[in-house]
Amino acid sequence: MISFTVNGKQRQVDVPPEMPLLWVIRETLNLTGTKYGCGIAVCGACTVHVDGTAVRACVTPASAVAGRRVTTIEGLSDRGNHPVQRAWMDVDVPQCGYCQSGQIMSAVALLARKPAPTDADIDDGMSGNICRCGTYQRIRAAIHRAAALKKGGA
Amino acid sequence: MKTLVSRRAILKGGLAVGAGLAVGFSLPTRSRAQTPGVFAPNQWLRIDRDGVVTIVNSVPEMGQGSLTTTAMIIADELDARLDGVKIEQAPANPALYKNPVTGTQSYGGSRGVRDHFEMWRKSAAAAREMLKQAAANEWGVPVESVDTENGAVVHRPTGRRLQYGQLVDKAQALPVPQNPKLKTPDQFRYIGKAVKRLDTPDKVTGRGIYGIDVQVPGMLVGSIERCPVFGGKVQSFDATATKAIKGVKNVVQVSNGVVVVADNFWTALQGRKALKVTWDEGPIAQVSSASITREYEAASKQPGQVARNEGDVDKVLAAGGKVYEAVYQVPFLEHACMEPMNATAQVSKEACVIWAPTQNPGGTQATAARLTGLPPEKVIVNTTLLGGGFGRRGEIDFIVDAVETSKAVGAPVKVVWTREDDITHGFYRPATYNVFRAALDANGMPSAWFTRITGPGILIQKGRAQAGTIDAAAVEAVRNMPYDIPNLRIEWNNKDLGIPLGFWRSVGPSQNGFIIESFVDELAHAAGKDPFEYRRALLGKSPRHKAVLELVARQAKWDTPPPAGRGRGIAVVFSYGSYAATVAEVSVAPDGAVRVHRLVCGIDPGLAVNPEAVKTQMEGGAVYALTAAYYGQITIDRGRVQQSNFHDYPMLRINEMPVVDVHILDSGEAPGGLGEPGVPSVAPAVCNAIFAVTGKRVRKLPIDRSELKRA
Repeated sequence: MISFTVNGKQRQVDVPPEMPLLWVIRETLNLTGTKYGCGIAVCGACTVHVDGTAVRACVTPASAVAGRRVTTIEGLSDRGNHPVQRAWMDVDVPQCGYCQSGQIMSAVALLARKPAPTDADIDDGMSGNICRCGTYQRIRAAIHRAAALKKGGA
Repeated sequence: MKTLVSRRAILKGGLAVGAGLAVGFSLPTRSRAQTPGVFAPNQWLRIDRDGVVTIVNSVPEMGQGSLTTTAMIIADELDARLDGVKIEQAPANPALYKNPVTGTQSYGGSRGVRDHFEMWRKSAAAAREMLKQAAANEWGVPVESVDTENGAVVHRPTGRRLQYGQLVDKAQALPVPQNPKLKTPDQFRYIGKAVKRLDTPDKVTGRGIYGIDVQVPGMLVGSIERCPVFGGKVQSFDATATKAIKGVKNVVQVSNGVVVVADNFWTALQGRKALKVTWDEGPIAQVSSASITREYEAASKQPGQVARNEGDVDKVLAAGGKVYEAVYQVPFLEHACMEPMNATAQVSKEACVIWAPTQNPGGTQATAARLTGLPPEKVIVNTTLLGGGFGRRGEIDFIVDAVETSKAVGAPVKVVWTREDDITHGFYRPATYNVFRAALDANGMPSAWFTRITGPGILIQKGRAQAGTIDAAAVEAVRNMPYDIPNLRIEWNNKDLGIPLGFWRSVGPSQNGFIIESFVDELAHAAGKDPFEYRRALLGKSPRHKAVLELVARQAKWDTPPPAGRGRGIAVVFSYGSYAATVAEVSVAPDGAVRVHRLVCGIDPGLAVNPEAVKTQMEGGAVYALTAAYYGQITIDRGRVQQSNFHDYPMLRINEMPVVDVHILDSGEAPGGLGEPGVPSVAPAVCNAIFAVTGKRVRKLPIDRSELKRA
């Protein structure tokens, strides 16, 4: 049994310790907003937060999160109104949308470190996330917008 | 807005197997029409007594925004409020939902809007006329005196008003007009306006349900070990160690390999690792990229089938003047949809239910019917959201996986591919080898132009065109090249070495646009002329090409020098009903690294139904094209794909993203395609800019930076 917190709730899962967190989240806990894209931590689709830090769940063994706080896209806000989610809607970022949970989780972690990121900061913080539809220009605009929303106390 | 691809709806569909699915079941129009309290004049829309408008979208949502655009078109012509509509994804039922132009319920070729626009408008306009008639009857006034607004019929002289919901029973009893009057463009409320996507809330919260997210009670998860060589077969396998793994439920041979079925995907993967399979690799094990290139090169020396012939090219080229020659090569490319291939099937004696991220619901239904022996109407197809399509999801291999596996194990099964499965078992954009020859007249303009394409034909390989004919997909954007040249010959040599082929975002035009637009640039430079003015002079018979070319030149300030250290390149390509052009602004570092700073993209899509969607598709097309130009190549060694994941088949990332500046030229013509036309002009514009800044001509993709290194 491995115990950890997911989106504020205490969870216990009976899985092999080496099973990646991604599959625990998706298949054991049925939180399917976190996506599988590569399995080798090069696309960012599986990005979640562990104790507030963005990690690639596809290469994080379940045992590594024992006793820790995991946040997924489902736990980011109650009504889809986190400033980053609002900025994503304002700028109309998603196309197919498959990578966007991971993009948003990376963006939230970036903004926690850099409340007013420059374009270079965005390149650094977001280049681990692939978007095959090519929404990067809008992701960049949305991160700037989210920074402004947060600064405005929204 | 609530789309029926949200979690709840999919689960509802999933749980209600055989009992009237919300998604997936298609009641024939007439039965729907008999549902009390529902006004359903046709298969595309219905209105209930509460005034809720439900729109049925037949075009799978793969990122292009079909959910939104379909709803815009129907809501506009119906005069209903877009923000209140419900959208359902159409079930597989080609009789009701086939594309009226292609005749199949399969979607590719950027055909969503352009093939359905008139039909959807007529369907909604018919409904609006019936609602007006119902209200006019109720009030005892002539129908000409009533109007509609925002989901209500109004009689302005008396200020009377009835909501659509109040009219459903009366409207339902009226005959459906066959030739309803359509709105004039000045009456459009949504069409032609920038409308935000309706699916965004689901996509920023993780609520949207893709194929890979489908869960059905009692469902198992499968993963298939496939022969590393294309066309190889299972000779034998030993599943002893696999079956010893806790959670592994079954191991079965299927058409595409050996499937390990388990409680969950990760366990199925562990089972695959423990599996021992002996393969009969078959003849393609002899094929490698080097041998393919050798065969192409040899074939390119032989005359090809003549796809277009004007004047006398041979005579002019043999006249003794200078002949400009070049060879252009493009590689095999994989789609790399972000959502790996997958499908879920539940096969029983009575029915087969499928949940799949497919571009091809009709083909899915037909395939499952063939595999199960069930009549097509017993095969229910639920099309989920697609995590990218790009043509890959028009194939049915991943449907076969799920149907065969569920049938074999007697339980609902979701078969999920790994990224490695996806890259190594795709349907690839063809690699080609292209020979050019041209002569210039005294003014430097082409007097003769010869192109011989050597490569395989997708349509012929798939049996959709006859062997021995010219494959239309292979010569697209070459055969119909727009330049006015007196002596012109295009040939095609079919050389198919057995690598599985597929339609890739803009397929033929993406590779042929590159070769044509690069070679014409070579001729412009050879003639000492400006590449923009050179093209312009050749486009006398192609006004729409010319207009969009002029648009990007103007917007990119082509007539001013580029910033220091940068070069500009230009290109224009027609594809899928739309005209697109690009100006690229590029620098090349001393180590040969290419940086695209800015792309000015122009498109004449005819009527731009949703200008915001036009922009997003152009932005996305630019990234797809740049990814291919920078990195894209699938290479083959002994019949095996050498790439396997994003580390060796890389995608463009945000730090490499140029500014993409999109300009729309609304020509007022009928709507053209949008998903693909943004791709073809980008790679040639970039490579032409590389030439402008380095003097080096890129004749082979992807761009090889070692060739651009400054000594």
